[in-house]
Amino acid sequence: MSYSFLRIAREALRGGAGWGRAWRDPAPKPHYDAIIVGGGGHGLATAYYLAKEHGLTNVAVLERGWIGSGNAGRNTTIIRSNYLLPGNEPFYEHSMKLWEGLEQDLNFNTMVSQRGVLNLFHSDATRDAAARRGNAMRLHGVDAELLDTEAVRAFVPVIDFDNARFPIKGGLLQRRGGTARHDAVVWGYARAADRRGVDIIQNCEVTGIRVEQGRVVAVETTRGPIGAGKVGLACAGHSSRVAAMAGLRLPIESHVLQAFVSEGIKPMIDTVVTFGAGHFYISQSDKGGLVFGGDIDGYNSYAQRGNMPLVEDVAEACVALLPQTSRLRMLRSWGGVMDMSMDGSPIIDRTPVEGLYLNAGWCYGGFKATPASGWCFAHTIARDEAHALNAAMRLDRFATGAVIDEKGAGAQPNLH
Amino acid sequence: MRISCPHCGERGSEEFLFRGAADPRRPAAGAAAEAWHEYVHLRDNPAGPYNELWQHQHGCRRWLVVTRDTTTHRIFSVADAALREGVS
Repeated sequence: MSYSFLRIAREALRGGAGWGRAWRDPAPKPHYDAIIVGGGGHGLATAYYLAKEHGLTNVAVLERGWIGSGNAGRNTTIIRSNYLLPGNEPFYEHSMKLWEGLEQDLNFNTMVSQRGVLNLFHSDATRDAAARRGNAMRLHGVDAELLDTEAVRAFVPVIDFDNARFPIKGGLLQRRGGTARHDAVVWGYARAADRRGVDIIQNCEVTGIRVEQGRVVAVETTRGPIGAGKVGLACAGHSSRVAAMAGLRLPIESHVLQAFVSEGIKPMIDTVVTFGAGHFYISQSDKGGLVFGGDIDGYNSYAQRGNMPLVEDVAEACVALLPQTSRLRMLRSWGGVMDMSMDGSPIIDRTPVEGLYLNAGWCYGGFKATPASGWCFAHTIARDEAHALNAAMRLDRFATGAVIDEKGAGAQPNLH
Repeated sequence: MRISCPHCGERGSEEFLFRGAADPRRPAAGAAAEAWHEYVHLRDNPAGPYNELWQHQHGCRRWLVVTRDTTTHRIFSVADAALREGVS
């Protein structure tokens, strides 16, 4: 069933009686050509592009909970491609281009809003770093503008320009960046994959990976064993645990990242702003709530809830940037479990086990990458080799030294 | 989360600095690259009890080995890191 204006008009007249479920609820088949473990944005996008770009439709996505129950619904919905390093930037720009056509492609309103992403800087040194990043982006054909204080004031007048400790000296703006509706992204990919024949199997936890003579043959699940020609792991947050089922030990620690939303208020901030003084990012949802976040809690965690010191830290940054928010009430907060990799960059690669592929290590930058991650992972699985866009995101880069350390923090996952 | 420092008593976790896995041991200087890779990069990352290094940065500044459940944040034991076997 295609969604269209005509369809909405027709259903409005019929009292909505014709709206069915958006995707099927199939029982698992005994064997699939490819199984994707993890029904988050990345896993669903992988299945969608396997079917669309590579003609592979005998595919299942296995999800432990329900679609949208994990990190897909626990992020701050920001999309951008303002990366520095050549191993990253073309990949994220590909993602941005896919975002730009996603709604037409999926026939689903993912509410992609290119409202701009502005990274503030507060000193000569951080201006130099922003200029360097902007130049790197432009060398890759990506839009970037370096704004001075007055241009920032015109673009986002609502922030505090009188901060004595962190004066606003300017910002690096990517106008094509913005936000997308996170739940709609997984729903849209799930529906679009399903329409191409992919089985989306919820409440089906993978409990084992069967490997025979170095080759993956099946997965054990809470709904019985399922044979597989190829298995792709896209379960960031829990990648270490699932990969360990196939005997792999990963360069990843699991940490918790919190996100927050305030009560709904009138339109106040029509872009995405990051405060360079600490680590803080904020935008406003269409419902009026301010959506914001900061750093990870800082120690290993598989708990989907965060600690109070970090709540205080994020609230302090919020009030420093936007003093007028000091009397706003915080409505909700979430904790999502992140794969923090040893260089702060992801892994999309084959593994030493034949037929087993890994999509992991997204740190807290996974949401914006969803389309390109699925696109590149599908290519890697279908062709058994990486695409040029994810060629640097290798699993063995930590052993060879070819790391992608965007922040230059070294092998200390809680600092990325 | 509160951590009971063996020297200072129970304190809030914000007084402490987190370093990571306590079990990996630094290889000898001339060890093979593979051993260094394992030490620097690879982690067990369990969902459950985990031995971690924390420093009581805003207290006695001692390094501690904290055994903590990564799913519940329950702390089972805290000991001075210098008392570990094989550490002088």
